[in-house]
Amino acid sequence: MNIKKLNLNSHTLLLLITIVLFIILYGLGCILYSNKGFTHLQTFLNILITNAGLICITCGMTCVMLTAGIDISVGGLVAMDCMLIAVGLNKGIPAPLMVILVIVIGILFGLMQGFFVGYLNIQPFIVSMAGMFFTRGMTAVISTDQVSITEQSSPLYYAWANYKIKLPFGGYINNKGVYNAPYIRINVIIALIVLIAIFFMLRHTRFGRNLYAVGGNEQSAAMMGLNIKNVKLKAYTLSSFLCSIGGICFSLNTMSGSVQQALGLEMDAISSAVIGGTLLTGGVGNVIGSFFGVLINGTISSIVKTNGKLASSWPNILTAALLFLFIVIQSIFAAIRNKKMH
Amino acid sequence: MNTKNLFDKLKKSQLLLPVIAMLLVMAVNIIHDAFTGAGAFSFFTITLQNTTGNGTILYGRIIDILNRGSEAALLALGMTLVVSASAGTDISVGSVMSLCASFCCMLLAGYGVSSTNELAVPLILGVLAGMLMGCACGAFNGFLVARLNIQPMVATLILYSAARAIGLLLCNDLIVYVRNNSFGFFGSFLGPIPTPIIITAVCVALLSIILKKTALGLYIQSVGINSKASRIAGLNSKMIIHLAYIVCGLFAGIAGIVASSRITSADSNNIGLYLEMDAILAVALGGNSLGGGKFSLAGSIIGAYTIQAITTTLYALGVSTNQAPVFKAIIVIIIVAIQAPPVKAFIKKKSLSKSSKGVA
Repeated sequence: MNIKKLNLNSHTLLLLITIVLFIILYGLGCILYSNKGFTHLQTFLNILITNAGLICITCGMTCVMLTAGIDISVGGLVAMDCMLIAVGLNKGIPAPLMVILVIVIGILFGLMQGFFVGYLNIQPFIVSMAGMFFTRGMTAVISTDQVSITEQSSPLYYAWANYKIKLPFGGYINNKGVYNAPYIRINVIIALIVLIAIFFMLRHTRFGRNLYAVGGNEQSAAMMGLNIKNVKLKAYTLSSFLCSIGGICFSLNTMSGSVQQALGLEMDAISSAVIGGTLLTGGVGNVIGSFFGVLINGTISSIVKTNGKLASSWPNILTAALLFLFIVIQSIFAAIRNKKMH
Repeated sequence: MNTKNLFDKLKKSQLLLPVIAMLLVMAVNIIHDAFTGAGAFSFFTITLQNTTGNGTILYGRIIDILNRGSEAALLALGMTLVVSASAGTDISVGSVMSLCASFCCMLLAGYGVSSTNELAVPLILGVLAGMLMGCACGAFNGFLVARLNIQPMVATLILYSAARAIGLLLCNDLIVYVRNNSFGFFGSFLGPIPTPIIITAVCVALLSIILKKTALGLYIQSVGINSKASRIAGLNSKMIIHLAYIVCGLFAGIAGIVASSRITSADSNNIGLYLEMDAILAVALGGNSLGGGKFSLAGSIIGAYTIQAITTTLYALGVSTNQAPVFKAIIVIIIVAIQAPPVKAFIKKKSLSKSSKGVA
């Protein structure tokens, strides 16, 4: 009975597979590297800290993918944001102003992309490819050096980046007898707020449901009287806005800006969303799945890093293998559903 | 009347856009050369120069563009077929290029060797293996797209992120150098002419003969226009889509070998980086619809060389390698915006209202 219920909703099953896979992977890490501190809560929190930016970006990517679109400009936008913040802070511009500036630029950039996709009806892939070229190039126009943010350039920003929020539980006593309390940083809080906000937006607001409607069947959505162009415009704007927030989280973690930063981040975001059960054909998916997708990505790279002997290309290969697995599962589900309908 | 007819024909021709773009690039070059005093037509001059390494070679900016644009042109050939047959793009070609180059160099140098002057296996074996690897990658992509009905972009996303990484793994995370003249041949000169140009010309000739002399070209177009109808008409549409991806992989393999031969090494991280974007751009610039269906091989090739010409021109104008993408982005947006249906409708409306006013 229970299995039958699950089978009826293959999307829930997919989400379940993702969560189980994460638990298995993490458990594997705990068993293999328990002597290297993998079992400590801090390891998990470190995955969150490193991937806080990616969580925000994947939330935006999920929204765009729900409308059957794609946004591959996110990596470039993050690089541009980091560079802008690094250069701006070194020029003496106050940190809050810089943050607002980056977010405003993100929104404007998203409006442009949304206009081209929604109103001019150009393929999202091409538009965001141009966006990627543009942002990567602009990063180099701003500066081609590796600019780092130090305490001298902005004490406030430096304080933000190094502020530890200590958790009251899960600590451990290290071999010197000192109690280490687990901590998270500000960017994790930002990422979690974004995650929860987008979760509720997708579930309970008109705009959230519109995203699903447009992605599910554009024609019926149009016949229902939805303004598809406007929904798409808003989706891309939201994606770039969240990407800017993600860029700030990223910058708080790396504290530098360079042309080579966030290379291939767009593929991380897309694969996280796909592993989390979001269909690229649109209409299906939610951010909780995407969150676990990011965690799986993070766990794989964390395991490879902890091992220390594996080649640096293994995370890419493993993620691609997982992507392959999930895509095949999705297509099998789609085939079963088609058979049922006929 | 006759000229008007010709004009109308030209307006409808698919090649209008790439040719105009090419002419614009040339105009920019001529103006720039004239202002800097290098002689207005120095862009077109081709001279014979004596070099120490390669003997007498052809030298000139056009030759340079044709030479450097070879990889993009090769990729654009395969991409045109893929876009036409499956209405989607193969974004893995750049990574596959890198993988094929790594595989070929790994075989030639032997596993784990990072620098060698002697070939471990015969050259032909390494090159064939590289091309075969390309076919295998193409077959994998084609299997996902044609047999499992997965969106092309998603299916090729897998190899996009994995192929380069596998290449790195094959090379032991190193840059493998094969410092051997026979391997370097593919990226240097055959007589006075750069070999990549010859390789590209041969590939273009072979592919167009196959497409013209057999019904394959027609089949691919019909599958792209309506795959269901083609299947009912008796075509094996899945097979044809699969084949298009294999051909695309093969050309990616050839391009990878040319690219690694140029630098006589397999630099996994940099070979073919962002080249898939150039290939897709070449197809779009060539007037081919990214929604599949009818295609023009000539358009894609002109598109590929136009993009290379734009890149070379930007460098000549003093734009740095990292900053050039800004201009590329603006060009992409202008090209696709002109082709966008709403803009086309708007222009048509404008010209109609103008002509009706003229009548009144």
